[in-house]
Amino acid sequence: MAFEPVLLARVAKLNSGKLEGYRADGGYAVFEKVLKDKQPLEVTTQVKDSGLRGRGGAGFPTGLKWTFLPKDHPGPIYLCINADESEPCTYNNRILMEKDPHQVLEGIMLSSYAIRSQCAYYYIRYEYGDAYRSTQAAIDECYAAGLLGKNILGSGFNLDIYMHRGAGAYICGEETGLIESLEGKRAWPRIKPPFPAIEGAFRKPTIVNNVETMACVTQILRRGNDWFKSLGVPPDPKNPRDAGSYGPKLYTIAGHVNEPKCVELPMGITVRDLVEKHGGGVWKGRKAKSVNPGGLSMGFADCNLPLKGEDGKTEYDIPLDFNGPGKIGCLGLGTAAITVIDDQTSMVDVLHNVCQFFSHESCGQCTPCREGTGWMLKITDRLRRGQGRREDLDVLVDVADRIGIMPGTTICGLADGAGWPVKTAIRKFRREFEDAIQSGAKSVHSKSLQLVGAH
Amino acid sequence: MPTVYVNDKPVEIGAEKLNCVQVAAKAGVEVPHYCYHPALSVVASCRMCLIEMGELKDGKVTMQPKVFPGCQTPVKDGTVIVTGDYAKRKGETALPYDPAYKPGDRTKKAQADTLEGLLLNHPLDCPVCDKAGECKLQDYSYEFGHGESRLMDAKNRPANKPELSSKITLFTDRCILCTRCVRFTREISGTSELQVVGRGHHEEIDVFPGFPLENKLSGNVVDLCPVGALGSKDFLYTQRVWYLKTTDNVCAGCSTGCSIHTDANKDIVYRLRPRENLENQGHFMCDEGRWGYHYTNAPDRITRPLTRIDGALKPTDWQSLSKLKETFEQAVFVSAKKSVAVLSPFLTVEEAYRLGAAFKSMHREIRLVLGPVPLTGVDDHYPKDVKGNAVAPTKFTIRAEKCPNRTGVESVLKKLQGEVISFADIAKLTLDAIWFAGGYPNPDVVDAAIPDDWAAPKLLIVQDLFHSKLTRAATTVLPATTAFEKDGTFVNHAGYVQSFHRSVKAPLEVRSELQLAFDLAGKKGLATVAAVRKDFAKELPQYASLAEIALNTNGRLTLATV
Ligand SMILES: Cc1cc2nc3c(=O)[nH]c(=O)nc-3n(C[C@H](O)[C@H](O)[C@H](O)COP(=O)(O)O)c2cc1C
Ligand code: SF4
Ligand code: SF4
Ligand code: SF4
Ligand code: FES
Repeated sequence: MAFEPVLLARVAKLNSGKLEGYRADGGYAVFEKVLKDKQPLEVTTQVKDSGLRGRGGAGFPTGLKWTFLPKDHPGPIYLCINADESEPCTYNNRILMEKDPHQVLEGIMLSSYAIRSQCAYYYIRYEYGDAYRSTQAAIDECYAAGLLGKNILGSGFNLDIYMHRGAGAYICGEETGLIESLEGKRAWPRIKPPFPAIEGAFRKPTIVNNVETMACVTQILRRGNDWFKSLGVPPDPKNPRDAGSYGPKLYTIAGHVNEPKCVELPMGITVRDLVEKHGGGVWKGRKAKSVNPGGLSMGFADCNLPLKGEDGKTEYDIPLDFNGPGKIGCLGLGTAAITVIDDQTSMVDVLHNVCQFFSHESCGQCTPCREGTGWMLKITDRLRRGQGRREDLDVLVDVADRIGIMPGTTICGLADGAGWPVKTAIRKFRREFEDAIQSGAKSVHSKSLQLVGAH
Repeated sequence: MPTVYVNDKPVEIGAEKLNCVQVAAKAGVEVPHYCYHPALSVVASCRMCLIEMGELKDGKVTMQPKVFPGCQTPVKDGTVIVTGDYAKRKGETALPYDPAYKPGDRTKKAQADTLEGLLLNHPLDCPVCDKAGECKLQDYSYEFGHGESRLMDAKNRPANKPELSSKITLFTDRCILCTRCVRFTREISGTSELQVVGRGHHEEIDVFPGFPLENKLSGNVVDLCPVGALGSKDFLYTQRVWYLKTTDNVCAGCSTGCSIHTDANKDIVYRLRPRENLENQGHFMCDEGRWGYHYTNAPDRITRPLTRIDGALKPTDWQSLSKLKETFEQAVFVSAKKSVAVLSPFLTVEEAYRLGAAFKSMHREIRLVLGPVPLTGVDDHYPKDVKGNAVAPTKFTIRAEKCPNRTGVESVLKKLQGEVISFADIAKLTLDAIWFAGGYPNPDVVDAAIPDDWAAPKLLIVQDLFHSKLTRAATTVLPATTAFEKDGTFVNHAGYVQSFHRSVKAPLEVRSELQLAFDLAGKKGLATVAAVRKDFAKELPQYASLAEIALNTNGRLTLATV
C-alpha cells in the first residue's frame, strides 16, 4: 500500500496556507480539544510516549527534552522554533512554512501549552522571504481568530508568537547560537551546561524545537501515538539506548538527480529507493558515486562500497533512520537531506566546496574549528589547483578527526559536521584523491563556487 | 573531605566551587590557558586548557573518552584529572586506571593541536614583537607545541589597526581571538568598544567606526592580551622586556593605591602593570595611573638643591646647605607658633613619621600640617552602562582623591599632635617659617592651594618634584623623590596598608626625604625604613606588624584606630 503523506497532505492544495482551508481540513480542532480536556503534563507525556525525536538534526527525543524544564517554574518559559534551516540541500522546513504554516503553528500552540510557555519565538533564516510572509500572515490570521493572544478561546491560556528573522548564518541554527542571536548578539553558541531548558533565551528556561518537529506534534495529537508508531523503525533490541525512529519524515533529494524534491515517507527508506523511486534516478543516465545521507555535515557514503555481511548491498542501501547513516561511519541522519554526487564529479571539487561552506560558517570562537576549517579550505583549494601533496590527505584527516564536541575540542557540533565530510570522503575515496594529486590535474572548474547569501 | 585527584595527587577542595584549572593550580600543576581569566566570564573557546577527566568510585577509575576544557569543567568529590604533564609528575602512586589507558597522551596531542591551529595564521614575527619574552604563545608553543609547521599555504594577513585607540594599537594578525579584551570592555569597564568582526578564520578584533577604544581602564586589555596583538603605544618599541627589572610597587595616582609592578631598566621606569591583589583593587589598574609615571622621568623635574641668591634661585649643593637645619631650628626657636612643617599625602608613612617627629622634637608647638590633598571630580566606578552610569556590582573604582597616602599621613599626624591641620587653615596665616615636604607629581595641585594674596614667610624651604608658586617664593628648594624611588608604606582610602620597594634610584643630587628627616633629627648614619618602622611600630600600634616584616607586606589597618 502506498504511503499517504500526512505532513505534506495539504501542500498542493490551492491556498493551503489560509486559516479557512486549514480549518476545513480539521485544523485547530485538536488544539481546541486539548485546551478544554487536557492538562499540559498529559500533552508532554503523550509526545514523550509517541517516540517523536527532533527533526532538527540531533534526533533528541522531544517529550524527554520538555521534561528537562524546571518543575513549577514561575515563568516565563520560552519556546523557540528553529527555522534557520541552513544545512546545505535541506528544504523540508521551508515547504511546511510556505505551504502549510498553520500545521506548524498548531504544533507550536500545542507544545507551548504542554511546556507552559506563553511566548514563542519563531526564528527564521533571512533568506526565507516567502516562508516568512506566509507564516506571518498565518499568525495574523490566528490573532484575528482568537487562536493567539490572551485567554485563547476562553481557556485562560495565553500565547504570543513572534517571528524573528536571522541575518544569514548557519550557526544561528545551533540552538544556543539561535538564542544568542535572538537576544541581539552575535550567534556564538554557548557553553553547556547550563542547557537551554534550564537557562536559555533571556536567561529563562527555553525549549528549542525544529519546524518539522512542531508539525509532527500536531499530527501526533490529532492522530494518536498508535498511528505515529505504526510508521518507521522500532528501537534496535540489541541497543538499549536506541529510542527508535518512528513516524513520517520529510526527505529532500538534491544534487545529481532527475527530480529534486521533498517527499514524505515513513522513516527507514533506503538511500537507493529514495533516489531511484522518488528522485527519478541519477541524472544524465549516470551512476551515483557518493551521497550525503542527511546534509553535508553528515559525511559521505560510497555508493559502490559493499556493506559488510550484507550480500550484494552497498552503502547506497543503508536505511535513512536515526541509526542507518551511523553504521557506515556517517554522523547521523541529520536533516534527512540527500545530496547525490554522480560518477562524473570529482570528489576533490566536492570536498573543496564543502570546506568552503564550513570555513565560511564557522562562528570562529573555538580555535580548533576556526583554524581547522580555514586550514582544510586552504588545503582542498590547493588540491583543486593541482598542487596537492600526499601528506595533505593525512593532514586533512588529522584535522577533521580532532575538531568537534565528540573529541571534546569545541563548543558546538558545527566542527564535527565540518570534519565528518572531510574524513569520510578521504577515507572512502582516498584513491581518487591520490590519483588527482599524482596527475597534478587542475579542477575543470577554473573558479571556485561563489558564495551566495544575505550577508 | 571532598577530594580531587590531579595527576594522581589528592587535593582536598572543601566546600569551594572550583574548575579544573583552579584545582590543578592547588596541586601545583599548571594547566595552560588563554581565554580563561579569573576576573572575566568563562567562554571556554581557546581550548588550550584541555584535560582528561574521570571519576574514582568504589576503588575504580572510569575515564571519559574525550578531552574537556579545564576552565569550564567543575570538579566534585572523586573527580580525577589528568593533564598533559602527567608524565612529569613526581612520586605519586598511580590510580587504578584501565591498563589500556595512557594518562595524558590524549591531552598532549590535543594541546599541541590547539597550538598548531593558533600558529597557522600567526605571523611569528617574534623578533619585532613587543610581547616576545613574556608571550604565552611563545611559552606554550615551546612547552606544549610542535617544533615545525605543516602549513604549506599562505597565511591570512589582516591589516594592523593603529587607529584602534589613541593609546593602544592592534597587530591584528597576532591575535589569537581569546576575546579577553572584548570581555574586559563588556564586563569590567562596561564601555563595550571592542568586538569581533568577520567569521571563521577571517575573524578580527575591531571597534565600531568612529568609536575608538577610549575609556579610563583601556590599558588593561594590553595586559590581558596573552600575545603581542594589543600593544601600549606608550611602551611600544622602547624596551625588550627581558631587560626590564620588575619590582612590586604601589600606584601613587589615587587613593585606591593599586598594587602594581614597575618595570624599569637602568633606573628608568618604562612601564607599570597591575599586580593582582584581590584584597585591594583586584586585577586591574586605571590608565591615568598606568601611563601617569612620566613625571618621574620628566626633564623639568627639580633634581638638585637651589638656593636664593640676590633674589634668584641658583643651583647649589648639599655641602653649602649644611646650615639648613640650624636655620630652620632658629626660626622655630624664635617663634614656634609661627612655624609650620607641611607633610604631603605623597609621603610614605615612614617619611611622614620621621619628619614629623624631627620637627616636633625641635619644638612641641610647631604645627604639623597635612599638605594639599588633590581632589578631581568624584569617585569613578566601573562597569558603566551604555549611558555611562555605573552599574552594580562595582568592579573597579578610580578615586577622586589623587594621592596615595592621606590616610597614612593623617594617622601619623594624629599620633604626633593629636589632630590633623589642613593646609587651607595655615595658608591664610602670616607665618615666619615653613618647611614644605611635598613630592607632588603635579604642581598645579600646589598652586591651587596657594591663595592669591598669600604672603610668603621669611623662611620657606620647599622640597618638591616640580616648580610651583611655592618654589618661586622659596628661600631654598630641595629636590624630592617619587614613589618609584623609595622604600615605604602607603595606606589607601580604606585603610589598606601596603609596603613596597624602591624600583629605581633617584637622580644623583636628590637626597631622600627619609635621609633628610634623619639629618634633621640629628641622627647619624644612613636612613633605613626598617629602623623607622621599629620606631613607629612602638608608638602606633596599628602598624605593629610592620616592625617585624620584611618588605612587600600587605595588610589592613583598622580604620577606627587611624
Ligand atoms: C551547526 C548546527 C546547525 C544547526 N542548524 C539547525 C537548523 O538550521 N535547524 C534546526 O532545526 N536545527 C539545527 N541544528 C540543531 C539544533 O541545535 C537543535 O538540536 C534543534 O533545533 C533541536 O530541535 P529538535 O529537537 O526539534 O530537532 C543545528 C545544529 C548545529 C550544531
Ligand atoms: S565549534 Fe565552530 S561554530 Fe561551533 S562554537 Fe566553536 S567555532 Fe563556533
Ligand atoms: S587582541 Fe589579544 S586579548 Fe584581544 S582577542 Fe586577540 S589575543 Fe585576545
Ligand atoms: S585607580 Fe588609582 S591607584 Fe589604581 S591605577 Fe588608577 S590612579 Fe593608580
Ligand atoms: S582557557 Fe579553557 S578554553 Fe580557553
